[in-house]
Amino acid sequence: MDLAEAINAFVRWLVQNYGETFEAISQGLLGFLLFFEGLLRGLSWFWVAGLVLLAGWWLSRRLVFALGMGLGVWLIEALGLWDKGMQTLALVLAAVAVSVVIGLPLGILMGRSDRFRGFMLPILDAMQTMPSFVYLIPALLLFGLGKVPALIATVIYAVPPMIRLTDLGLRMVQREVLEAADAFGATSRQRLLKVELPLALPNLLAGLNQTTMMALAMVVIASMIGARGLGEEVLLGIQRLDVGRGAVAGLAIVALAIVLDRLIQAAGQRAVKRYREER
Amino acid sequence: MSFIRVENLYKIFGPKATQALEEVQGGIDKDTLFQKTRHVLGLNRINLEVEQGEFFVIMGLSGSGKSTLLRVLNRLIEPTAGRVLVGDTEVTALSRKELLRFRQDTFGMVFQHFALLPHYNILRNVTFPLELKGLPRKEREEQGMVWLERVGLSGYEKHYPAQLSGGQKQRVGLARALCANPPILLMDEAFSALDPLIRKEMQDELLRLQQELKKTIVFVTHDLDEAMRLGDRIAIMRDGAVVQVGTAEEILARPADDYVAAFLSGVNPAKIYKVEELVQEPVTVVLEREGPRAALRKMGQAGAVNAYVVNRSGFFRGMVRAEKLAEALKTQGEKSGLEGFLEPLSGLSPGQTLEEALPLFSETAVPLPVLDEQGRLLGVVSRGRLIAAMAGRYVPQ
Repeated sequence: MDLAEAINAFVRWLVQNYGETFEAISQGLLGFLLFFEGLLRGLSWFWVAGLVLLAGWWLSRRLVFALGMGLGVWLIEALGLWDKGMQTLALVLAAVAVSVVIGLPLGILMGRSDRFRGFMLPILDAMQTMPSFVYLIPALLLFGLGKVPALIATVIYAVPPMIRLTDLGLRMVQREVLEAADAFGATSRQRLLKVELPLALPNLLAGLNQTTMMALAMVVIASMIGARGLGEEVLLGIQRLDVGRGAVAGLAIVALAIVLDRLIQAAGQRAVKRYREER
Repeated sequence: MSFIRVENLYKIFGPKATQALEEVQGGIDKDTLFQKTRHVLGLNRINLEVEQGEFFVIMGLSGSGKSTLLRVLNRLIEPTAGRVLVGDTEVTALSRKELLRFRQDTFGMVFQHFALLPHYNILRNVTFPLELKGLPRKEREEQGMVWLERVGLSGYEKHYPAQLSGGQKQRVGLARALCANPPILLMDEAFSALDPLIRKEMQDELLRLQQELKKTIVFVTHDLDEAMRLGDRIAIMRDGAVVQVGTAEEILARPADDYVAAFLSGVNPAKIYKVEELVQEPVTVVLEREGPRAALRKMGQAGAVNAYVVNRSGFFRGMVRAEKLAEALKTQGEKSGLEGFLEPLSGLSPGQTLEEALPLFSETAVPLPVLDEQGRLLGVVSRGRLIAAMAGRYVPQ
């Protein structure tokens, strides 16, 4: 049996029979992505840096932290990569949003059902160990070149930690607390919204953080199938052996990564601060 | 008719519980069942009745099935077979949706490790049952404040659980259980995680609340002293079965088997027995208006050296000693009445435990009077009898 041929045949069959479906999905995702892009590229660097600074202050109440966050955004502008940086950020934010929409329900299902968990774990393992380039090929075939296949490949690569940590977060909620909710007659919806998700929040945010970092790590690879932005710059640097160009773009990616990582962490700490305070 | 009824209840843990049930009904015990089928016998043919307003304690060592039994009452654990009835409702026959509603209206539950919601403040924790019922915020917060005050935690409503001590957390747990005003309180080792002084305090608090609220309480504990102190009746469990049900005194006086007897051997009788169980007829009682001469004659007939004096309605007035009366008669001549000779004595009350009564005996060597709430003389208890009972050498019937 030729497995490779079988997979090729399957993808061909998908394209032939469901081409229109994929086109519709593609249009929807493109619109979503362009919304983020339009928003970010429409604002000047000054406004974005200002918003990030304010968010940093609101989340941490530390001036130095807030200034550092604003400085990170300014660095992208200073490196002369503002527009490309915002293209990348838009792709990352869109990919994270889609990952949350997919990952949260799947994680909740895993947290509730051992059976579903047993089914999902090997799939997640495979998704995370598969070389990320492999995702590019079917995304390319189904959606063509451009932003949408890049978004889809990024989501596939980045969604597993969101799923895993949602599952973990739900499973770490104390059994007795769940029992209390049940004993007072909570419906499963009330239990999820009032007890399970709030108590899993630190883990959900850790999942969000990892997903964001993985999406950022994917941008260079995604640029190979037509994603614009900082990844494109790195790729050009590689192709032309222009070390400086690649390094500068790499630096901008690092700046983005640090700002996103620290903001999400600050949000996590703020979320649990109230009730972690011992007397 | 009793308020909570449990009929032929079984719980078997394992994938093929119904099959294992047949084996159990066929008469094999917990260990054999486990060796044969790897199924755990949680509850073995439980039949129980709890009266309205009763404080019912389920006691047993860990693994005896007591917590399982408690959780089957509100179906946090589904029984394998048997029925649970509360009032007219067959709990075991309710649909999922009916059950949620029934839990909201009927049960309050208190947990060993408090099970408070760490992300909600104290007031929201207390009012959580009302929130689940869908009451408007203002209304539930008003009720919550009332309950916080009743458990002595006014002013803590904006705190978070992590900021409270263990005892305070369990007060919150208790207020939460009471907040929706359910007729039944289920308490699972509620005070076991607290240190002894706080535990005693919480027991007192619970008894005080119970006197006002008259809830039906089912209280699970592994602590015999706690069971005897709190329970109107106690059920002792072993290997998933109820071995004996009765009042503390009944169980102490007639343990059903060696297991119960062994369990009881560690009990301090001073904390269990009450004064009323030791009461004796006083040797000599005289009326206040009888003269010293009449009193002396009575004492002489009974061979007593003192007498307990009551008025015509039976109220205790004091004690007189034969030697003092005799001396007075010799030196002062006739006197009417015993007024001048009365010596006060501290009275015992019938409900006191022996432990509580003991300090009063340090004042005097004579038997102390036992008085009802109005002060009428019911009888006396001698120091010797008290000490014998405390040493376990006298078992009241």
